[in-house]
Amino acid sequence: MSKINQTEQKINCYSLPIESNWAVEARTNALTWLQTNGLPSKRDEYWKYTNPSCFNSIKEPERNEIDYVGNSIFEKLNRINIVFIDGYFDSSKSDELLFEGIEIETIGEANQKDNHWSADCFGILEKSSQFPVERTLASLNTAFAVQGLAIKITDKIDKPISITYLHTNKTSDALIHHVIKVEKDASVTILESGGVASRSNSLMEVFVGENAEFDHVRIQGRSHEKIAVTHFFADLLKDSSMKSFSLTVNGESTRNEYVIDINGENTKAHIGGAAVGDYSFSQDDTVFVSHNSPNCESRQVFKKVLRNGAKGVFQGKILVKEGAQKTDGYQISQGLLLDDDSNFLAKPELEIYADDVICSHGSTCGEIDNNALFYLTSRGIPVAEAQDMLVLAFLNEAIEEISDENIKEIIGILLKDWMVKRHKS
Amino acid sequence: MLKINNLNVQLEEEKKKILTGVDLEIGAGEVHAIMGPNGSGKSTLSYVLSGKNGYEITEGSATFEGTEILDLSPNERASLGIFLAFQYPVEIPGVGNMTFLRTALNSQRKSRGIEELSAAEFLRIVREKAKTLKIDAEMLKRSVNVGFSGGEKKRNEILQMAVLEPKMCILDETDSGLDVDAMKLVAEGVNALRSKNRSFLVITHYQRLLDHIVPDVVHIMADGKIIKSGGADLALEVENNGYADLLAEYN
Repeated sequence: MSKINQTEQKINCYSLPIESNWAVEARTNALTWLQTNGLPSKRDEYWKYTNPSCFNSIKEPERNEIDYVGNSIFEKLNRINIVFIDGYFDSSKSDELLFEGIEIETIGEANQKDNHWSADCFGILEKSSQFPVERTLASLNTAFAVQGLAIKITDKIDKPISITYLHTNKTSDALIHHVIKVEKDASVTILESGGVASRSNSLMEVFVGENAEFDHVRIQGRSHEKIAVTHFFADLLKDSSMKSFSLTVNGESTRNEYVIDINGENTKAHIGGAAVGDYSFSQDDTVFVSHNSPNCESRQVFKKVLRNGAKGVFQGKILVKEGAQKTDGYQISQGLLLDDDSNFLAKPELEIYADDVICSHGSTCGEIDNNALFYLTSRGIPVAEAQDMLVLAFLNEAIEEISDENIKEIIGILLKDWMVKRHKS
Repeated sequence: MLKINNLNVQLEEEKKKILTGVDLEIGAGEVHAIMGPNGSGKSTLSYVLSGKNGYEITEGSATFEGTEILDLSPNERASLGIFLAFQYPVEIPGVGNMTFLRTALNSQRKSRGIEELSAAEFLRIVREKAKTLKIDAEMLKRSVNVGFSGGEKKRNEILQMAVLEPKMCILDETDSGLDVDAMKLVAEGVNALRSKNRSFLVITHYQRLLDHIVPDVVHIMADGKIIKSGGADLALEVENNGYADLLAEYN
């Protein structure tokens, strides 16, 4: 089937919602882009290492395992709690959306309004992220997603906003689109956790204003069969900073796309990820950081632990535009293979058009260090436990990217749990 | 305590013979030293006794308090009470020194059926022992051996030994890379641990260390076996005349 035919079939599964003019325009633009360029195929260079067909297919994947537990992994934190079930916002399980310094609505509500702040945000970063490579799964999302939140932060918010995704239905297929605007001098932390749906396509557009701070931690701990493509698109103004960390534990196929646009001096963008998986696990972090202004710093730290034939992919690029002098760009991606069947594929790239910058990229792929393992076991630590210590140590550099100590601890516990289960399997 | 009988060992991959019939018996509370030229098999002996991969036992046996140890995993041997102070302690970024030591101690206690130590109790013990070895508390907070100087690494080995309280301590060239003061400090740490229930096997190139840790027996190793044994004065003989005479005598 041709790319365009397949795309048309997929498009026919959805319908454009009736909303206010600005929203309809954004959606129609995205749809036209999608129709013109088609959904990704494995022939596209950009999808060389991850097969996109599971994201494109018409049929909703059926998944037996459901993980409805009713709790977020962040339950113990003092937080604002928002719940989505099978990709749908559930107001009865969420806190009431009334907070000082925060405006929260669902995008369904926001997009109905003729005059709404999100008119200048919805679909904007998705559109600008279509260059230099098309990201038509993101266009699909902008065109048809009716679930998600429009969040405007006007103050420094201490409590994190925690979005919990629960999955109860065998064949859920979710499109979620969040628009987040952090205004000048404001700050917020957004936490995401849970399995979302059998298959999900999610998108987060983040506008970080002058001197604002945005912190994002996402835990994609899901049962083994799930499929997810995520998009994180951020625009940073001067003196602002953002951090985004993602943990992926299991799941069949996960593709995380990041596009970070640095549009002001003295900004900082840190992106990190840790992934652990077995068997059919395929996890892909594809990152594009564009330095458009001088004196800015970006970091990318990605670590993957793979076993039993699992596959990890990293495609990361730092673009330093002309005039973006004194850029400090750092990128590291590392794979730890616990056996001979697993794969780590990395494509680190730098493209630099300024002459006074510090940019580094490194990528390694290796196995457990036998000398370290012997050292630990020679002190009485059993082999399995010693291996776990070394795996955690490997992931540590990425986890260190998280600022909050409590969240670090939660992630540590989750990883230990994964390793204990792994020993039993 | 430790009894080695006609131990023959070769490298697993290259099939190269390293130990060619080592016989050695160390009683409780005794301190034995092994000296010998480079490549004589001293370090291999220490690795084989502690269970490192990559060696094939072709003949012989080694028993510790009557238990055959050569089939046991490194952690099982550690739990029986065997400890190797490494010639080159391994740096492990991302694993905290304290976490490592506490996990090790509690793993050993668990396998012996003793209750695990609480964090507070453990801290108290480590701080006290670190103080006598002049180990900075800051150093303990860092990752295992990362950013440690040569002397600090060796002192860290002795600290681990002091905390784990093994019965059989094997010191593999613990003096290498140490200045005189650091060596004294390490030797004092070892001497403080000497007791009638704890034995030592000290591997060294130089007599220097044996001035501080005075051995009961000195063995000379060459070509993968022990060619001569004697009292502490045998070390002095090596220091004065080198190995040439001893090797000629043996050949």
